[in-house]
Amino acid sequence: MNTPETQMKFDVERIRKDFPILQRKVNGKDLVYFDNAATSQTPQQVIDCIVDYYQNYNANIHRGVHSLSQEATDAYEQAREKIRKHFNAEKAHEIIFTSGTTHAINLVASGYSSILKAGDEVIVSALEHHSNIVPWQMLCEKTGAKLRVIPMEFDGKLNLDEYEKLLNSKTKLVFVNHVSNALGTINPIQFIIDKAHEIKAKVLIDGAQAAPHIQADVQALDVDFYTVSAHKICGPTGVGVLYGKEALLEMLPPYQGGGEMIDQVSFEKTTYAGLPHKFEAGTPNISGGIAFGAALDYMHEIGFDAIAKYEYELLVYATNRLKELDSVIIYGTEPLQKTAVLSFNFEGIHAYDVGTILDKLGIAVRTGHHCAQPIMEYYKIPGTIRASFAFYNTKSEIDNFINALKKAQQMLQ
Amino acid sequence: MAEIREIQEEIVDEFSMFEDWMQRYEYMIELGKSLEPMDEMHKTDDNIIKGCQSRVWVHANMKDDKIVFTADSDAIITKGIIAILIRAYSNQKPKAILEADTAFIDEIGLKEHLSPTRANGLVSMIKQLKNYAIAYQAKLN
Repeated sequence: MNTPETQMKFDVERIRKDFPILQRKVNGKDLVYFDNAATSQTPQQVIDCIVDYYQNYNANIHRGVHSLSQEATDAYEQAREKIRKHFNAEKAHEIIFTSGTTHAINLVASGYSSILKAGDEVIVSALEHHSNIVPWQMLCEKTGAKLRVIPMEFDGKLNLDEYEKLLNSKTKLVFVNHVSNALGTINPIQFIIDKAHEIKAKVLIDGAQAAPHIQADVQALDVDFYTVSAHKICGPTGVGVLYGKEALLEMLPPYQGGGEMIDQVSFEKTTYAGLPHKFEAGTPNISGGIAFGAALDYMHEIGFDAIAKYEYELLVYATNRLKELDSVIIYGTEPLQKTAVLSFNFEGIHAYDVGTILDKLGIAVRTGHHCAQPIMEYYKIPGTIRASFAFYNTKSEIDNFINALKKAQQMLQ
Repeated sequence: MAEIREIQEEIVDEFSMFEDWMQRYEYMIELGKSLEPMDEMHKTDDNIIKGCQSRVWVHANMKDDKIVFTADSDAIITKGIIAILIRAYSNQKPKAILEADTAFIDEIGLKEHLSPTRANGLVSMIKQLKNYAIAYQAKLN
């Protein structure tokens, strides 16, 4: 019967058909792809969008007088508008296309290198990806500003009391990820932003890991900068965006010089183009930007609420099943406070060994420090096994995964 | 002491008895477990092979005219791989180590570990052993 409830049912089998790669075999076994936090898989709709661009309207944008160039420019700008709408930015030119989150963070860090002074303070969290640590370290080295770190707690959450103590009149910038890539912890970014704003510090939130699970509203958050990568959210690699408040983007100097970012060029002086072009020097990843828009369309068709609900179900199921196994150590918080990530180890077994056996069984997970060495140092471990789920994964894949883990344990103990 | 080529053939023979990857890996894990322990004092940062997800230490020592390798790893599969390499290359003259090829790795079904981009760094391990051989060979010349 087609009751509203059955209509609402999350049809994962239908969704899986959108992802050609999920049909393939790895090492003779059905692929089980649990490395979604590293990169998500790409639905046919997004692949088609990239192919369509190259087959039908490949041209350089914002320059040509000809029709193809106009079509490409329109599609690219429509994608920017989709992204604006998705993040509820006030203006489309507050969305800067970048090559991804790392590029976006470096753009802001580089901009602040001419603004910060010696003695200023910059705060990052202990839960950051290296890409949200190293650019700020470089910024501090360049400017003489001091890097302070919000410590983490054993359950993978940030110590907010310590955060409040770190804030002072010298604090100029705060950088925290929305979701930790190594542990999946959802950080209380609203609190972090509000507290920083009380002392007039600016906040950049790295949304790379949050993007596929949580739809951020940049105006409601009142966040100053927010960054995402398309490839974590069913889009292609090599493209992402920086959201920045207009006034801040106006204030920051250009990141790279080149075509498109200029207004007038002479050898005496160059004046820069307005937003967003000031930060978009050179020919961008045009098909990537357009496909990012298509990826958001795809995600919205399924619905972020439905995705979050289903992924939570997967996470709870996987967590319970994993706890059935002997000598398992799970890092991070309980499912309610994190995205669909399980970071764990088996006592006395190296994560790398487990990852190798899982790969032989067709299961893709990430092992290692996940580019978050400070977290591993905190737990005094070389790394973890990280299984990260997406809305196209299933409980039966989790069952396969658990069986494979049992096999790995048998072999490695 | 048998020549490297002979030892390699011996290893290939042993591995050919196994029917599937799981048996091969189980054997490799066994080899890792039975690797002669490395002197703790040699587990230094200088002896760590870079490019591996797990930590691998290799130490080389010249005994008479032959190089004796000792090694360890915190991951057991990696330890199995280095155990296989040591079995083939340890107690050999530097020149023989330099001339030895690595085709046997492919033959024992570990081809996937030979990719230079693979994080376990079998390629780095072989390179490291050969680097020691180059260094000792230079001393002899």
